[in-house]
Amino acid sequence: MAHTFQQKAFKPGGDAGAEPETESPQPDFIRVKDFNFFYDNTVQVLFDLNLDIPKQKVTAFIGPSGCGKSTLLRNINRMNDLIDGIRHEGDITIDGHSIYDPHLEVISLRKRIGMVFQKSNPFPKSIYENIVYSLRVAGRSKRSELDEVVERSLRGAALWDEVKDRLKESAFGLSGGQMQRLCIARAIANRPEILLMDEPCSALDPIATGKIEDLIHELKKEYTIVIVTHNMQQAARVSDRTAFFYLGKLIEYNGTEDVFMKPQNPQTEAYVSGRFG
Amino acid sequence: MKAKTAFGKNIKPVGEIWVWVTGVGLAMGLFMILFLLGVIVWNGLNYFWPKRIAQIELTETGRTDFRGDHELFGVITMRRALTVENLSPDDADLVDLARQDPDYMREMMVYTGNRDVFATQNFAFLNMGDIERITHPEELMVLERTEWGDAIARPLELRLGTGEVVPADDPRFDETLRRKVDEVRERRSEIHRIERREMGRINTRFNRESLEIRYLRSLDERTPAQEAELERRLATVESLREELQPLELRSQILRQQQSEHSIVFELVGGIERVQPLGEIINFYLPNQMGLFQRVGWFFFKIWEFLTDYPREANTEGGIFPALFGTFVMTILMSLAVTPFGVLAAVYLREYAKQGPLVSAVRISINNLAGVPSIVFGVFGLGFFIHEVGAVIDQVFYPRMVAINTPVFGTGGILWASLTLALMTVPVVIVATEEALAAVSRGVREGSLACGASKWQTIQRLVLPASSPGILTGLILAMARGAGEVAPLLLVGVMALAPSLPIDGMFPFVHLDRKFMHLGFHIYIVALQSPDTEATKPLVFASTLVLIMLVVVLNLGAIMIRNHLRKKLMSSAF
Repeated sequence: MAHTFQQKAFKPGGDAGAEPETESPQPDFIRVKDFNFFYDNTVQVLFDLNLDIPKQKVTAFIGPSGCGKSTLLRNINRMNDLIDGIRHEGDITIDGHSIYDPHLEVISLRKRIGMVFQKSNPFPKSIYENIVYSLRVAGRSKRSELDEVVERSLRGAALWDEVKDRLKESAFGLSGGQMQRLCIARAIANRPEILLMDEPCSALDPIATGKIEDLIHELKKEYTIVIVTHNMQQAARVSDRTAFFYLGKLIEYNGTEDVFMKPQNPQTEAYVSGRFG
Repeated sequence: MKAKTAFGKNIKPVGEIWVWVTGVGLAMGLFMILFLLGVIVWNGLNYFWPKRIAQIELTETGRTDFRGDHELFGVITMRRALTVENLSPDDADLVDLARQDPDYMREMMVYTGNRDVFATQNFAFLNMGDIERITHPEELMVLERTEWGDAIARPLELRLGTGEVVPADDPRFDETLRRKVDEVRERRSEIHRIERREMGRINTRFNRESLEIRYLRSLDERTPAQEAELERRLATVESLREELQPLELRSQILRQQQSEHSIVFELVGGIERVQPLGEIINFYLPNQMGLFQRVGWFFFKIWEFLTDYPREANTEGGIFPALFGTFVMTILMSLAVTPFGVLAAVYLREYAKQGPLVSAVRISINNLAGVPSIVFGVFGLGFFIHEVGAVIDQVFYPRMVAINTPVFGTGGILWASLTLALMTVPVVIVATEEALAAVSRGVREGSLACGASKWQTIQRLVLPASSPGILTGLILAMARGAGEVAPLLLVGVMALAPSLPIDGMFPFVHLDRKFMHLGFHIYIVALQSPDTEATKPLVFASTLVLIMLVVVLNLGAIMIRNHLRKKLMSSAF
């Protein structure tokens, strides 16, 4: 039974008819259960992680370098599969389905999860072709559909007005901040449910960063966003919930305000107040 | 003694002297390449330049003469000093003579032409001390002939078919001769067209039918169907023969017309020769030419060289079939080597699990690039011709096998191209692997995150992004393949192939045909011709063309590569 995620049960924003929208967060949208992760089969980098990521909220992963936050993020769409010699224990489920289900094709998983990388990585193609890439690889090539997706995605990434006249030009002609927004537009082109962002602003100047943060606020209306960041102010500004990792362990996970204002754990307090990290 | 500075230590950088050593290394390399190119370009182009004819008079008392005479016409090709060590004992007195006149210790080489009269002697060596006088009379003429090479002579008269005689001092002489030679040339190309194209087409069919007939006749017993086929084919042959007859007649008539006019000219020592104009390809009067005429003649000769067929066992005429054969072979090789090399590299780099086995394979491939090319030739002979070709013949041409005339079971342009493709595949693999490795991880991850499969990522992003690097590999492969001769000797190259690998006859591309190749042509001309001294300039000219062909092919690939680069990377980050 090679099942893929069911579009119906998985639809972002909820279908007014099928599932009545509830105000309360759905705490178990992405669920990480007793998750351990190893590189080279023996080097453990994540230890007994348990956390639930709510739907249509922004969840920030913070922590010092090497704490495993990116590794966890890259496990959610199984990007770590590319590395030889990895091993995991425990499970990650999305809407109740295990992402490690042997009957699940990793491609169909990734089609439901958009990802934005630390270093913007536009393809050596035109702006237009960058956006429609995920549709093309899915075999969709109806011109009108593609045009519509391009406009919607670029508007969604607040880039439309800047590039609408040069869609056929190379994506390498854009500025750094524009490129990163292009990558966001590309990530949301296929209407994923989840958007993973791996330090999306670390290579950008403050103005470009501000634009992307505004964008994240907009995007969370539609997408469940998980963002890894080194910048604690950014985590405080954009996220609803914050998880603090240290040395591969989840130290504290709570509402963002609570983590920053009333940290329970002394290590968290030390980190968010800037005393180490 | 160590120099002291304010800091108490010698702060002179260590090893700076090596900058000079590395610079010298580069300079040496560049010098050698430029020198090599310079020699080839100079000598190659020199072949086409019209040189003045000297009338050389020798002193009566001198030691050197020319065929018992003291006068000769020729082109001075070289002057050089004699060395005392190399003098024969008979010439020992030259040293004394040179005390009065240093010219006695120098000699010159003169190209005299007229091979038909002067036996095979094309060159004369003259002691420069014996030279009385050198003049350049305007009326001296070079006549390029279909046989025996050039005649260098003083024209006397033109005998027209009508019985009219135009003496050389008649003002109409040059113009009449030009007109008649042009006429003859047109008629010659008409004969060529009839014999090569029209008769050639019929002959090809004729040969095909004859082979079938030979097969049918070789059978001990024929079925009624075969009997009928034999009848039918015999009838076809008969009708082809009838088709040939009028063409043969026409070419015969044209050939007769070729010898209706003739030219009379005088060689040294009053030898008179009568030569039918049909045997004259062209003539020129180099001593009358101005600079512009010379330049014009120079380019005309280059064009002729590139587009003409060779004459006289490749020692005269052009190199068109060799140039065309090299071109077609290189293109076929590229068509074969690119897909194989790229696919192999994609597997090695993208799919194979990196480990000792893959490393071993990679090292082996790199070493394959260093295997002597003749080894590939032997492999091509043993595998492609004797195995693959034999199987193809057995399956598709069983009748030809029965009468022992293999089609693909013998050397041909297909096997030559594949042999060279095999030889150059490591170059393409290595270059492609490097290009694939250079595609950033970010782009690959981005693609996978968009839900693309690995193959889609390779096909849509990785291969296009690495296409400039792949083309670089192809350029290197072409440069190596186009100039290679040794393996071709075994797999289908010919000194003089009867037909081109691509022509107007169905199926247009004849992969089974033997072909001519510039590299092999150079080898034949340089080593296998009766007078290697005379063909030396031809060797340089052919080498120049080979280099230019490689340059042109590479420029084509480089232009495609730059176009791709521009398309892919229209601006940097």
